[in-house]
Amino acid sequence: MKPIFRGGLPRLSFFLLILGALSLVIADLRGDSTRNIRSAISIILTPVQWLVDIPTGVADDISTVLVDRTALIKDNNQLRSNSIQLEKKVQQMMMLRAENVRLRDLLNASARVDDQVQLAELIGVNPDPFQHQIILDKGSEDGVFVGQPVLDAGGVMGQVVEVALYTNRTMLVTDGRHALPVEVVRNGMRAIALGKGSHGELDITHVTDNADIRVGDLLVTSALGGRFPYGYPLAKIVSVKRDPSRKFMIVKAKPAARLDNSRYVLMVGNSASEQSTGTQQPAANGAAAGDN
Amino acid sequence: MALRLVTIDNVSLAGRMPIMNQHSSGGLMIILGTFIVALMLSQIPLPRIMEWWRPEFVAMFVIYWIMALPQRFGVGSAWIIGLLLDVLKGSVLGINAIALTIIAYGTLLMHKRLRMFPLWQQAFVIFALIVLNQLIFYWLQALAGTKADDLHFLIPAVVSALLWPWVFVLLRGIRRTFKIS
Repeated sequence: MKPIFRGGLPRLSFFLLILGALSLVIADLRGDSTRNIRSAISIILTPVQWLVDIPTGVADDISTVLVDRTALIKDNNQLRSNSIQLEKKVQQMMMLRAENVRLRDLLNASARVDDQVQLAELIGVNPDPFQHQIILDKGSEDGVFVGQPVLDAGGVMGQVVEVALYTNRTMLVTDGRHALPVEVVRNGMRAIALGKGSHGELDITHVTDNADIRVGDLLVTSALGGRFPYGYPLAKIVSVKRDPSRKFMIVKAKPAARLDNSRYVLMVGNSASEQSTGTQQPAANGAAAGDN
Repeated sequence: MALRLVTIDNVSLAGRMPIMNQHSSGGLMIILGTFIVALMLSQIPLPRIMEWWRPEFVAMFVIYWIMALPQRFGVGSAWIIGLLLDVLKGSVLGINAIALTIIAYGTLLMHKRLRMFPLWQQAFVIFALIVLNQLIFYWLQALAGTKADDLHFLIPAVVSALLWPWVFVLLRGIRRTFKIS
């Protein structure tokens, strides 16, 4: 027998729950106090994220098994020629680096250190179309910290905004809330690249009408924000419009990284910022600093 | 008043006892299982052109279970599921909890009528509830800086309403197969 009349509607618990949720919203908007709750719940949800990624992973495996022989040979040749070209560049790099260090010594400038990188795999994408975020499979266990830069083979992808034990959430540079200080490689002009919330497009803001900026210019990170290391490519300018009715030019750029189809990404562990956010691996840090 | 409530509760408890002994915990696991599937469906990557066409599976599942088992699944459960969804979506903590609690309350208000409706008529109510869910979600999410300047965010409500008959039949099948009550 089922109850037909129950003890009314749960009005009180409804109001208490709404109040509780509202206070969570306020706490979350005001500061970092909810970060622990979030990462605790993330641990429970990590298996769900892994499960979602399984089909993609299996499809990847199957396509590696079933790949055509001619395609493999073609791939192999391509990679070989790529590798030769890169090796040539590396040879030049060695020479250039030595020269750079000497020149910096002459200028009494501080030496530039190599950045430690860590390979991470993409396991999820935020389903909310307003938020350009990806989920990577490295977490605080692997020494990932909030604000850590994430790159792919093409250039800067974004930065870590949330760390759980085994996963992290990375905001892409195209997210509407992302801004990144950059400079133009050709002449060193500084600017800020804003995400717009639309895929594959960045706004370069506050470029004065007479600034020297052209279509095709490469933008690299300028390290002025203190988060990204200097000199990683971010985007190429695709359009420059002068509008006499505005103070600034309308400049648009296209990200150099393949933001929507990179599966493997690099997480840059900047030793300076790692020390400031608490020492995850003090021994490794010391060794790294000594090496460089 | 209080006395009457207590007696009714006792009667209903006594009446349900045999079923609860057999299936209560198993039923709980299965309800949880359906929500894990719903959470996964809400995360599955879709192609760029389809990104607005994702049905709100979690909200639909919440509505179904409240409609079917209002004595077991209520606003509190909806709140917890909402919190999980918040963390999974990376939205401001508590937004989905608010939205799901409100539509859970709405469903609770009219679950008896809703059960009588034919499926297509239920689909209209689902449409209204999911619209409410989307409005609350994107309105509160705007506090965090992502603003919606068009009505794309209502597409999920249409898709959910169209999918409702299948979701309903599927979940009813699960409920009857495992005799969850």
